[in-house]
Amino acid sequence: MERTEIRITGFGGQGVVLIGYIIGRAWSVHAGGHATMIQSFGPEARGSACSATLALSDREVLYPYVRRTDILVAMSSEGCEKYVGELKDGGLLIHESDLVAPAVRPGQRACGVPSTRIAEALGRRLVQNIVMLGFFAGVTRLVPLEAMREAVRLSVPAGTEELNLKAFDQGLAHAETAASAPSLEGVKP
Amino acid sequence: MSTRTDDTTAREHPIAPFIRMERMPHIWCPTCGIGTVVKCYATALADSGVDLDKACVVSGIGCTGRVAGYMRLDGFHSTHGRAIPFATGLKLGRPELLVTVFSGDGDLVGIGGNHFIHAARRNMDLLVVLVNNFIYGMTGGQNAPTTPLTAHSSTMPFGNFERPFSLPHLAASCGASYVARWTCLQVRQLTWAFAEAIGRKGFRFIEVIAPCSTLYARLNKLGSGLDLMRFYHDNVEIRNGADTREVDIGYQEKIVCGKFRDEERPTYLELMHEHYRKTLGDRYVPMPPEGGLIRGED
Amino acid sequence: MKADPRGVLTGTHYLDGDFACGEGAMAAGCRFVAGYPITPSTEVVERIGRRFPMMGGTFIQMEDELASMAAVVGASWSGTKCMTVTSGPGFSLMMENIGLAAMMETPCVVVNVQRAGPSTGLPTMVGQADMMQARWGSHGDYALIAVCPRSPQEAFDLTIHAFNLSERYRVPVLVMMDECVGHMTEKVVIPPAAEIEVVPRRLTARPPAEFLPYQTNGSLVPEFARAGDGFRFHTTGLTHDERGYPVMTPECQAKSVRRLLDKIRLNAGEIARVEEEDTGGADVVVVSYGITSRVARLGVGLARERGVKVGTLRLVVAWPFPEARIRELAARVKAFVVPEINMGQMVLEVERCAAGKAAVVSVPHAGGNVHDPEAICQAILGAAR
Repeated sequence: MERTEIRITGFGGQGVVLIGYIIGRAWSVHAGGHATMIQSFGPEARGSACSATLALSDREVLYPYVRRTDILVAMSSEGCEKYVGELKDGGLLIHESDLVAPAVRPGQRACGVPSTRIAEALGRRLVQNIVMLGFFAGVTRLVPLEAMREAVRLSVPAGTEELNLKAFDQGLAHAETAASAPSLEGVKP
Repeated sequence: MSTRTDDTTAREHPIAPFIRMERMPHIWCPTCGIGTVVKCYATALADSGVDLDKACVVSGIGCTGRVAGYMRLDGFHSTHGRAIPFATGLKLGRPELLVTVFSGDGDLVGIGGNHFIHAARRNMDLLVVLVNNFIYGMTGGQNAPTTPLTAHSSTMPFGNFERPFSLPHLAASCGASYVARWTCLQVRQLTWAFAEAIGRKGFRFIEVIAPCSTLYARLNKLGSGLDLMRFYHDNVEIRNGADTREVDIGYQEKIVCGKFRDEERPTYLELMHEHYRKTLGDRYVPMPPEGGLIRGED
Repeated sequence: MKADPRGVLTGTHYLDGDFACGEGAMAAGCRFVAGYPITPSTEVVERIGRRFPMMGGTFIQMEDELASMAAVVGASWSGTKCMTVTSGPGFSLMMENIGLAAMMETPCVVVNVQRAGPSTGLPTMVGQADMMQARWGSHGDYALIAVCPRSPQEAFDLTIHAFNLSERYRVPVLVMMDECVGHMTEKVVIPPAAEIEVVPRRLTARPPAEFLPYQTNGSLVPEFARAGDGFRFHTTGLTHDERGYPVMTPECQAKSVRRLLDKIRLNAGEIARVEEEDTGGADVVVVSYGITSRVARLGVGLARERGVKVGTLRLVVAWPFPEARIRELAARVKAFVVPEINMGQMVLEVERCAAGKAAVVSVPHAGGNVHDPEAICQAILGAAR
C-alpha cells in the first residue's frame, strides 16, 4: 500500500478514536503493515468535534500527520465541515448518512451509512462506531477483513466481542449493497 | 573534686551511640535548642526498642536540617523544603522503615508548606519533628512563617506585620493523627511525646519551640538562650487536649503546650492496601515491606 | 539479569508512545512512580497506575513536580527502581531535585514529554526545546544522560535502556520524548521477560563497618547501600567526602565535581549512541533526534532525488553528546544540517564539535508542528552548494 491518509471525525462519545485505533491495529499488528495514528488532544478533544488521523503504508510512516486526506470518515456534520476541506481531489467521504449531509467537491465521492440506526436496531447505540468501521472496511477494502475482525475482537471491552463483531458485519453488509459503495479507483494513486 | 570531673568526662554520653561522634562538635550555636531535641528523640528511640537499622532521618535545609547528618542512623540531608516528599518516597519504597523528618519551621512550613499539608491530608506514615525558633537561623534571621506579630527579624526590621501559622492547628486541620507541642525546656514530656509518636502510625506532628539566641533573641533584645528558656518556664501553659484553634503564639505571650490530638486514623498505606484489596481482590500484589528492590542474584 | 515477568506485557501491541514508555518502565523493574498530571505526559502514569497494583508497584500522585522528583530521589534510596514523568513546566520544577539526584548519585529516570514552550506554551503540541535544559537545567556542574525515542517502539526500548544506564552510572537519566511520539500510536513489540536485559541495583557486598557510601576504589561509580540494611550511612546535597559527610572546602568540591562529570565524560564512548545512514561518502549529514529524525528522512529523500550525497545521523542518546563522532565527520563532510523543533539548541553542540571544519546549518522550528520536509530539503541543497 502506498501511503494512505485517513481522518475520522465525530463528536465526543461516538468512539472516534476507537475506529482509528482498530484500523491502525488491524493494518500494523494483524496485516503486517505500518500504521501511525494520532488523536486530537486539547480542549477540542474534550468537547464537541473530536478527531483521529491515520497514515497507513507498507513502509515505515515517516511523516506522522495527515495533510491531504484520502479518506474522511465523518460522523457529525460539525466534524465534516471542519475537515472536508483537507480531503484531496478524488478523495472519498464516508459519512453517517442520518447526521451528515455530504458536501463534496466535484470529483470527490461520498457514501453513507445510517450507522446509528443500525446500532440502535442491534440494541446498543454505543456500537455505532463499529458499524461505521464495518462499512469503512467494506467500502475501502484497504485492510484485510480478517485483520479487521481480529482487531475488533481484541480492542473492545471483554464480553462485548460478539455484539461488536455483529455490528461490524452489519456495516460491512451495508457496504455491499451496491448503491452505497463507490469504487475506490482514483482515490489511491 | 578533680576525680569526680574526670569520671564524668571519661564516661560516654548516654546518647553517644546515636550520634556520629566523629562529626562533633556540631555547628549549632551555644544555647541553641536543637541539641536538646535530638537528645530527647534519641532517648525515646532507645527506650522504644525499635530496630535502629530500620530507622531513618530525613532533613531539609537549615539549622535543624543538620540533624540527619549527626544521628547515627540512615540519614538524608535533602533539599530545602523537600524533606517530607523525599521521606514519602523513602517510606513508600520500603514500607517497613520508620521514617522521621527533622527540620525547621522555615523549611517545613515556609518553602515546604505545600508538602506539609498534603502529607498530613494523606496521613502519610511519617513522624514529623518541627523545631520552631520563630526565625530563619542559618540564613541570618529573616522573617519566617512562624515569626510572631511585631517580633523583629532581619527582613522585618520594624517588626513583623504578617500573621504567622499556628502549626498544631495547621497540622490538625489537615488531618494529622497525632499533634503535640512542647518547648525544649520540657525534656521529659518531649521525650515521652517522641516515644508515644514512634509507637503510633500515620502523620505524627510534634512542634518543638526552641531558642535561637544568636538571631531571634538578639534581634528582639530578649537576652540569651538561657533567658528564653526562663521565659518558657514562666510562660508555658500545659493544656493537653486543647482545641488547636486556641493555641496561637503571640509575641512574648504564653505558649500553650501539650498533646492536642492522638487519634487512630487509617494511614495512607492502610487505606491503599484496604482499597486495592477491596477493588482488586486476589489480583492485588502489594509492595513487600522490604521494598521493591530487584536483586541480581534472584 | 533478566526482567521480572510480572512487569512485562509480552506481545504485539498497538500503543501510543506514552503507554509504551510506561510499559518500558515496568519491564525495566520500576516499582515506584511519583508524578503530577501534565499534558502531554499524563498517559504514562495513567498506564502505570492501572497496572502497578498487580505487580507490587506503588504510584502516588504528588502535590506538585517538586514533590514528585523529591519522592523519587527518596524512593531510590530504598533500593526500589523509580521514575517520574512530566512535561515542560513540570520539568522546570523538577530541576531542583534532579540536581540532588546528581549530587547524591541516585539512580532514577525522569521522562519529559516535550511540548512547545516557553512557559505554558502549546500544552498539546509538539516541541523539542527542552534539550539544553535537560543538560544544564539544574544549577551547578554535573552530568547526566538523556535519550530521545523516535517512535512508540523506541519509547519502550529506550525507557528500559534509561533505567539500565541510571543503575550503571548512578545518575538521573532523562527520557526526552516529544509530544508527537508520546501521542502517536504504532505497533509495539514487547519481547518475553527472558529476552529483556535489566541492570539491578549494584548493592555493596562490604559489611557496614567497611563501607563508605562514596568510596569508589578506583572506579568512577561507588557501590550502593540502601536505607534499612544496617549501614547507617549519611548522604547530603552538600559537597561531601567518601563518608557522605559535608566538607566545605574547594579541594573536596574539586574532587567531587570532577568525578560527577568524569563518570559520564570518561564513559561517553560507551554511553553515547547514534544511528547513521549513508554517512560514508556524504557531502552533507543531517543530524536530528526524536520525531524530527523521521521527518528529516523525507527531506533527505527529496534532496537525494536532486542529486545531493546526503547521510543521516540520529542522536539516540543526546547527552552525553557524541562529540568524537561529530569531530570525525566534520573532517570529511562539507556541512551538517540540524533540524530540530526549537530555535537552535543541539545545533550549538554540532557547531562546537565541527569547530569550523564543516559548515553547520540550523533548521529551526518554533514548535506546534513538525518540519515541512521540503524546508529540510532546501537546507540540505543550500548546504551542499
